[in-house]
Amino acid sequence: MRRTNWLAALLIAPLLLLILGSFLVPVGLTLFRAVADREVAVALPDTRAVLAGWDGQGLPPEVAFAAVARELAAVLEARRIGDVAQRMNFERTGLRTLLLRTARAGDRLRAPYAESLVALDARWGQRDAWLMLQRAGGPFTSLYLLRAMDFTRGPDGAVSQVAIEERLFQTLFLRTLWVSLLVTAICVLLAYPVAYTIARLRAPWSSVALTLVLIPFWSSVLVRTTAWFVLLQREGPVNGALVGLGLLDAPAQILGTRLAVVLALVHVLLPFAILPMHSVMTRLDATYLRAAASLGANGVQRFLRVWLPLSLPGVAAGGAMVFLLAVGMYTAPALVGGDRDQMVTWFIANFMTRDVNWGMAAALSAYLLAMSGAVIALTRILTGGTVQAGARA
Amino acid sequence: MRDHPLARRLLRGTTALVLAFLMAPMLAVVVLSFSPTELMVLPPRGVSLRWYEDFLTAGRWVLATRNSFVVAIATTLLATVLGTAAAIGLQLGRFRGKALLVTLLTLPLVTPYIVTAASMYFAYSLAGLAGSLAGLVLGHTVVAVPFVLMAVLATLQTFDANLLRAAASLGAPPWAAILRVVVPNIWPGIAAGAVFAFATSLDEFVITLFLAGPGQFTLPRQMYASVREFLTPTILAAATLLFLCSLIFLLASEALRLRSTRKTQP
Repeated sequence: MRRTNWLAALLIAPLLLLILGSFLVPVGLTLFRAVADREVAVALPDTRAVLAGWDGQGLPPEVAFAAVARELAAVLEARRIGDVAQRMNFERTGLRTLLLRTARAGDRLRAPYAESLVALDARWGQRDAWLMLQRAGGPFTSLYLLRAMDFTRGPDGAVSQVAIEERLFQTLFLRTLWVSLLVTAICVLLAYPVAYTIARLRAPWSSVALTLVLIPFWSSVLVRTTAWFVLLQREGPVNGALVGLGLLDAPAQILGTRLAVVLALVHVLLPFAILPMHSVMTRLDATYLRAAASLGANGVQRFLRVWLPLSLPGVAAGGAMVFLLAVGMYTAPALVGGDRDQMVTWFIANFMTRDVNWGMAAALSAYLLAMSGAVIALTRILTGGTVQAGARA
Repeated sequence: MRDHPLARRLLRGTTALVLAFLMAPMLAVVVLSFSPTELMVLPPRGVSLRWYEDFLTAGRWVLATRNSFVVAIATTLLATVLGTAAAIGLQLGRFRGKALLVTLLTLPLVTPYIVTAASMYFAYSLAGLAGSLAGLVLGHTVVAVPFVLMAVLATLQTFDANLLRAAASLGAPPWAAILRVVVPNIWPGIAAGAVFAFATSLDEFVITLFLAGPGQFTLPRQMYASVREFLTPTILAAATLLFLCSLIFLLASEALRLRSTRKTQP
C-alpha cells in the first residue's frame, strides 16, 4: 500500500508542479499585485523611511525634503522614474509632473531643501502631497481595489466616490453582469427545448441533431466570432438579406453594438448549455414518466412535476457554465462589440498592454475571479455537484 | 410516453431553427471563402480557389500555420504525458483529498482566460519566459491538460484493477505494469484527451495574444490581426481550414468514444 502511494505521488507530481508553477502561482501573484505597493519603496527608500516617522502634522522635517530631492534625481538618472511617477499620478493626477520637475531640477536645488523645493513647486509646501507619498510607502494599498469600484481615498485617508465624470467601473461591472445574465438566460431558454427534443428523438435523428450541436462546440471561438464579424458588416449578408426582404430601408450598423455582442455570445455559448442538459435528460429514468401517467397525470403535469425537476441539475450546470464563460470572454466582445460598450475583460487587456497599469489590471482580475468563484460556489450549493466542462474561449 | 402532437411540432420547429442558427454562420464562411471576388455576398457569384492559393503562398499565413502546429504538437505531447501520468496516479493512490487535488488541477478550466493570460504574462516576464516558444507551450499546456486528465480519469473508471494485481503477482514491477497493462487498456481515453489537447492549443487565442512574442503569430492570432486590419476572403479560407480541422477532431473523438464504450460492454 505504501509503495503504491509513493508511485501515485511520483506520477501526480509533475503535473502538480506544472499547474502550481505556471498557473496557481502566477494567478496568486496577480491577486498579490492588486494590493501590493512597491514603487515608492523601491525608488525612494530613504524618503519612505523618513516619512514613516512623520506624524502627518504640518510639514515633514528638512531631511524628508533633502531625501526626496536626492532620490528623485537619482532615479531619473537611472531612467527608472517612470514607475513611481505613474504610481503617484494614479493617486492624484498631476503628481507625475511634480515628481518629474523635481527630479529634473536635481543639482540646481540647494539646502535648505524645504525652501528650494517649495520655491520650485508650491505643492511641496502643502501637506497633501507628503501625506500621499507617505501612504504610498507600502507594502500594501487598497488604491487599486477601491479605484476598480470607483472609490478613492483622500489625503486624510477617507474613502469617497470619485468625481462623477470619472466614474466608470461600477457601470462596467453592472454592464458585464447584465450582458452575461442576458446571454445566460437566452442560452438556457433556447437550449432547454433543443436538449429535450434531441433527448426524445429516435435514432438516427438524435445522433444527427446532436452532431449539429457538437460541430459548433468543437470549432474555435475565434472562427465563429470572425464569421459573425463578416456576416454583420454593413455590406454583409445579414444586412443584404434584411434590405432585400424589405425589413430595412438601408443597411444598418450592427457591428459595434450590444446586439452584435449578445448575438455572437449566444452563438458561441449555446452548445455549452445544450450539452449538459442533454446528458442529464438522456439519463433520466423514463419509468418515472410512466408511473406519473399511470397515476393519471396529463402531459403538462408530467412535464412540470416530473421531467422539469429531474432535469434541473442539467439546467444549473449549463447555465453556470454559460455565465462563467460569458463574464470571462474576451474574444467575441472585443471583435464585434463597440469600444464604448466593452466588458471587464477588455479593460483588463487594455490596462495590461496600453496603459501598462498592472495594479488596475490585477484589481479588475481579482473582482472577475471573485465573480466566477461566487457562481461556482452558488452552483455547487444549488446542485451539490461540480461545474465541469470547459471552453476554448 | 409521447408528447402532444402540437407540442411536438413546436418543439421540433424550435430545435430546427436553433440548430440552423448554430450552423449557418460557419456554412456562410465556408461558402464565402470560395468567392471569386473580394466582395463577400450571398449567394456567391461563382467559385474560385484564389483565396486558398493566397493562403498557401502568403508568407505570414504559412508561417502562422507552421507556428500553430509546432506549438500544438509540443503542447499535446506534454499535456498527454503529464495528464495521463497524473490520472493513473490519482486512480492508484489511496490518500485523502483526492477530490480537492482534481479540482486544483482542473481549475484552469473555470478561470477566466483573460485572468490566466494576464497572470502568465506577469509571471512569465519575471521568469524570462514571455515571448518564448517554451512559454507559449507551457501556457497552452496549462489550459489543455485538464481535458486529458478528465478523459483519462473517466476511462480509468472502467479499468479492472485485478489486471494490475495479476501483473504484480507475475512479478511485473509497477512501472512495467502501468506501461504494459494499464496504458494499452485505456488508450482510447488517452487518445481522446490528446485530440482535445491538440484542438485546444490550435484554437487558443487569448493566452497567445499575451504570451507570444512580436514575431510569434499563430493562426488564430494572425486571423484576429487580419480581421482588425483589413478583411479579405483569405481570412475566411483560414477560418474554413480551421473549421475543417475541428470536424476531423470531432470525428476522431467520437470514434474513440465509441471504441471505449464498446470495450466496457463486451
